[in-house]
Amino acid sequence: MKVGLFVPCYVDQFYPNVAIATMQLLEKLGCEVVFPLEQTCCGQPMANSGFSHISEGCNKNFVDNFSGVDYVVCPSGSCTLHIKDHLHVEGKEAEAEKIRKQVYELSEFLIDVLKIDHLTASFPFKVGIHSSCHGQRGLHLSSMSERVLPAFSKPETLLNMVKGITLCKPQRVDECCGFGGTFCVFEEAVSAKMGKDRVQEHEDNHVDYITGVDMSCLMHMEGILKRQHSKVKVIHIAEILNAHFN
Amino acid sequence: MQGTTTHSEKAAQFIANEPRTDWHDDTLWFVRTKRDRAAHTIEAWEGLRATASHIKEHTLSNLHDYLTQFEQNALANGVQVHWAADAAEHNAIVHSIIKKAGIDKIVKSKSMLTEECHLNEYLIQQGIDVVDTDLGERIVQFRHELPSHIVLPAIHLKKQDVSDTFHEHLGTEKDNIDPSYLTHAARLHLRDKFIASDVAITGVNFAIAETGGIVVCTNEGNADMGVHAARVHIACMGMEKMIPKAEHLGVFLRLLARSATGQPITTYSSHFHKPRKGAEMHIVIVDNGRSRQLGRADFRNSLKCIRCGACFNTCPVYRRSGGHSYHNAVAGPIGSILAPNIDMRKNADLPFASTLCGSCSNVCPVKIDIHDQLWKWRQVLMKEGYGGSGKNIMMKGMAFVLSHPRIYRMAGGMGRKVMRWMPWLFNNKSLNPWYKNREMPAPPKQSFREWYQQNKQ
Ligand code: SF4
Repeated sequence: MKVGLFVPCYVDQFYPNVAIATMQLLEKLGCEVVFPLEQTCCGQPMANSGFSHISEGCNKNFVDNFSGVDYVVCPSGSCTLHIKDHLHVEGKEAEAEKIRKQVYELSEFLIDVLKIDHLTASFPFKVGIHSSCHGQRGLHLSSMSERVLPAFSKPETLLNMVKGITLCKPQRVDECCGFGGTFCVFEEAVSAKMGKDRVQEHEDNHVDYITGVDMSCLMHMEGILKRQHSKVKVIHIAEILNAHFN
Repeated sequence: MQGTTTHSEKAAQFIANEPRTDWHDDTLWFVRTKRDRAAHTIEAWEGLRATASHIKEHTLSNLHDYLTQFEQNALANGVQVHWAADAAEHNAIVHSIIKKAGIDKIVKSKSMLTEECHLNEYLIQQGIDVVDTDLGERIVQFRHELPSHIVLPAIHLKKQDVSDTFHEHLGTEKDNIDPSYLTHAARLHLRDKFIASDVAITGVNFAIAETGGIVVCTNEGNADMGVHAARVHIACMGMEKMIPKAEHLGVFLRLLARSATGQPITTYSSHFHKPRKGAEMHIVIVDNGRSRQLGRADFRNSLKCIRCGACFNTCPVYRRSGGHSYHNAVAGPIGSILAPNIDMRKNADLPFASTLCGSCSNVCPVKIDIHDQLWKWRQVLMKEGYGGSGKNIMMKGMAFVLSHPRIYRMAGGMGRKVMRWMPWLFNNKSLNPWYKNREMPAPPKQSFREWYQQNKQ
């Protein structure tokens, strides 16, 4: 099974360890992983700002890079959702459609495609789960507090396979952290306040780490934690699922 | 969206008082949790939402027929029906009815439509005094403010604020913040107004095509009080309030109050069908941009809204920025998709007052895809050039870099180096909004791409 690893631009630049962990994890689970070198970004920063009409070049580049793999896997719910919902390229619509259908966020790929039921990872820490909105409400990685539907969570199912881990949830289980892409600068005050409130609930739970499927939310919360000189750290789910502590 | 009135600027002012922001957030979150509990008591909740959504979609697709059927039945019931193309016409019609009746003391129960049309201001200019009889509305009216929430108009005010307002306008004891003392004072005050007024204006929650009747939902019974004491009843409704049959009320009334406040049903669901003997009943049906919205394929289903306010209570941005930061009669997520239809330039900032978290669409009892419409409005507004030239240039630059992998790699590498060598450029609160409340991520020595090329190729 040939997997094209799609690494969000900010992960490539700021959090290479997340991409390394994703790659190693997929390889451990038997996938052939390639990283198309000419990839840049999914185009979400422009589209969420209202400029999807100028993201054609970016979309075309994406399609050129990811045609010819069986699956596209990405360690970000938000970027995955964007591709699924909005990847269109004039003249290459068939390829674009194929990619829209074969793109997966990492945790849903592990559960729905690889159907894994155990992991060798261990992570003996107390970990707070942050439910990133686009993964949850967009990709349905987990049930949502607003809906009257049976409860489930793909990321949590995976984390529960990790030895030694203690999971805990904030009181408002799935409130947004306030990152929101360019929202984080254009609506700086609300964004920062939302982040502070989210982080506080995890602090109250005395966690060692906050984890989630989206590094962008975690980057935002990390910025706040560091400013507050907090001991709490952030860690992407791929890094936990690939972790070995003895 | 230029100038000093954007949502983000008003929100920053609101948040400057952090304890008050926390209080506002907690109060509305409490309402959201009550809504959750109420929804979970109904096993078929999601099915009920789907049914409500289908009924509304069907009605919107056949709106012309249902409106005409409604008018015929209302006329047959002895109701006078008026049609208003816009806010100005609505206000003029209401004014002419009042003038003809020769009355200048008016009571009005809650109606977001009359807020949208700025009816109060208009009537005051004509020398007519309107008294809002919904408690929350009366409080904001005393303070010359607008409602900050469509269901809880004075939710931005604390007990002390209400006490101060009543002390000033009703002569209650200074600093007495006991809610029952204050509501008792309001009750006495409003009772006089009910007795003295001969015209009662109400809103409309549901208009039933099959019967020509209307339903008004309140918790205070103030719509009934006003109408029963008055000689003339004027009901003002947006033309999207229509439902085909009376039996459909069973779907909507179950959803409305549970979504709004977590109550199983509003205390009063008042049905009005015809005028009493010797009295008059008027219904003013208002378009004011609704048919334009109906014509926009991507946004038409925003007209399904039953104004329950659930999307406000769940919205993490609304809870932390307050209703007034939306500078529109209807605030919150639904206001942000309705407002650009009325005035794109003035409201171009509102679809950006959201993280697109999607919680609004999940609570909406009529399943409006609110967060998707916010996204779509952004595309429309920026394409039409309401983003200003700065944003345009920035985005074009970004689009260029992201379509050219080599330039992207160079820019990324340079960015990380600049961050390491010149951290002051990034760690600067006025140049970089991110840095105001957050540290920048530490730039690693190597990008993933570089690691991959070194280790995997
Ligand atoms: S959009 Fe939906 S949730 Fe919001 S007020 Fe209207 S009906 Fe209620």
